[in-house]
Amino acid sequence: MISTPLPLSIAPVEQSPGYWSGVLRRFAKDRVAMFAGAVVLILVILALFGPWLTPADPYQSSMLKRLRPIGTDGFPLGTDELGRDMLSRLMVGARLSLFMGITPVICAFAIGATLGILAGFVGGWVNSIIMRTIDVFYAFPSVLLAIALSGALGAGIGNALLSLTLVFVPPICRVAESVTSQIRSRDFVEAARASGANAFAIIRVHVLGNVLGPIFVYSTSLIAVSMILASGLSFLGLGVKPPEPEWGLMLNTLRTAIYTQPWVAALPGLMIFITSMSFNMLSDGLRSAMDVKQ
Amino acid sequence: MILFILRRLLLAIPIMIGVAIVCFSLVHLAPGDPLVSVLPPDASADLQKQLRTLYGFDRSLPEQFFGWISRAVTGDLGTSIASSRSVTTEVMKAVKNTLILAAFATLIGFFFGSLFGFVAGYFRDTLVDKAASFISVMGVSVPHYWLGMVLVIIFSAQLGWLPATGMGAGGSAAWEWDWAHMKHLMLPAITMSVIPMGIISRTVRALVADILAQEFVVGLRAKGLRDFDVFRHVVKNVAPTALAVMGLQLGYLLGGSILIETVFAWPGTGFLLNSAIFQRDLPLLQGTILVLAIFFVLLNVLVDILQTTLDPRITRG
Repeated sequence: MISTPLPLSIAPVEQSPGYWSGVLRRFAKDRVAMFAGAVVLILVILALFGPWLTPADPYQSSMLKRLRPIGTDGFPLGTDELGRDMLSRLMVGARLSLFMGITPVICAFAIGATLGILAGFVGGWVNSIIMRTIDVFYAFPSVLLAIALSGALGAGIGNALLSLTLVFVPPICRVAESVTSQIRSRDFVEAARASGANAFAIIRVHVLGNVLGPIFVYSTSLIAVSMILASGLSFLGLGVKPPEPEWGLMLNTLRTAIYTQPWVAALPGLMIFITSMSFNMLSDGLRSAMDVKQ
Repeated sequence: MILFILRRLLLAIPIMIGVAIVCFSLVHLAPGDPLVSVLPPDASADLQKQLRTLYGFDRSLPEQFFGWISRAVTGDLGTSIASSRSVTTEVMKAVKNTLILAAFATLIGFFFGSLFGFVAGYFRDTLVDKAASFISVMGVSVPHYWLGMVLVIIFSAQLGWLPATGMGAGGSAAWEWDWAHMKHLMLPAITMSVIPMGIISRTVRALVADILAQEFVVGLRAKGLRDFDVFRHVVKNVAPTALAVMGLQLGYLLGGSILIETVFAWPGTGFLLNSAIFQRDLPLLQGTILVLAIFFVLLNVLVDILQTTLDPRITRG
């Protein structure tokens, strides 16, 4: 069986037939997770097609129509401090906000999983070099590291993405290292090695199939944190720059309006809250459906 | 025991050196001239050179690093470029204010987190459990800077019960633990407490459910112990881990207070960090990050030692 390595994408299916259908069945039964999934789906649709769905131009400002309350005729969610339609801006804001929140986790997943699997599988001095370096970054509280990095690099989307990626690499790498070194000492890996499979084949067939699931589930649980942090950077003025609609930045520019139009000012934060909560519940559902411990 | 503590401290030293290197390189990654915030745009080349020598920016990076770190060990973190005051004094003042806020927030979070966690774990899979778990998911999902804004809207702007910003009369120098000053602490501390609350409640719930499923609990019940006495045994088993999580949360709050301190204009380390970033005050930025990170490393060691002491099941390996 080892002599014919399977393509990566179907390797886990071959290993335990019916696993994914079981995951799907358990997930479909989990009403909370399904609901969260639906919310995430709507947000993703907004992020992809938002600019074509908005009722008004999200960049069109008007000095006369500034800070209208929720329920104003023509502006169902009011207007912001420059008289722009809040509903449209919140819809279009989904694109940048989700992009800023999800991209760092994807990049960190790629880097952290690679480093962690390498460290866990090879062991020895490779493990020491990688893991001791990771320990140093782990020694910073995540918010501090993100803000310090993007503060030093300067404001901007690219720098914010870079610093958030660096924040999430250490935890993902740690999880990847620990699950990989557990798998490495299992009998079936020993058997594969004894029957002459080379390291590359063992990683591809035996390690990846068993390790990517738990790392993936762990990474999805970071999306919620990443959303909050990414918007937090923009909130501080370290991420997205005006006039782009992004929820954290909108929250920042509307802060001055908390005494005049408080509920309009709070709307962008509500969007961040809903998004991060949905990702958290989705990730919890995924974890129990995939039966990942930890 | 003393040997164990010494060993843990020794193990932390390479991490601290690494942390110092990261702090230093972080700041020197920054694009642009570090003196840009103090130099007048029409400064003569001579003046530029003088200032560069004064702050040591003319020397090579390794030289600057070793100079900085050897002075940092003696407690001298240099001079702030923007305010020309000692960085150590500025940071320590701010650390005290952040500590007041973070400690109070951790206490609130620990109290409610353990409460929800115990209830959820004890009545597992009931409606009570679902409600408590829902609250804890909300706690870890809410963008706390937004929660701060909402609390200000409700309790300051609308009801006028609590002040929205600052530390009260006299600023941070005149801080007292009386109601007039505590009023300023309420909103930021409550805002800050939701994160540890969510995390502690999740941890405690899992632990309680785990312990209740163990055989010794059945044994205790079979022995005829009342519910309350069984509960005492559960608490004893949960406490070391819960306290360890609480200690780490305090560390995260100390380092992560910047957003909340910005919303509430609380004059702590986060506020300092914010002004250091926007004034491009490199010595101040470097110093603040270093102090916070070292604090975090030491807190980790302390938690580790305490947990080992409290929990007889952990061997001092």
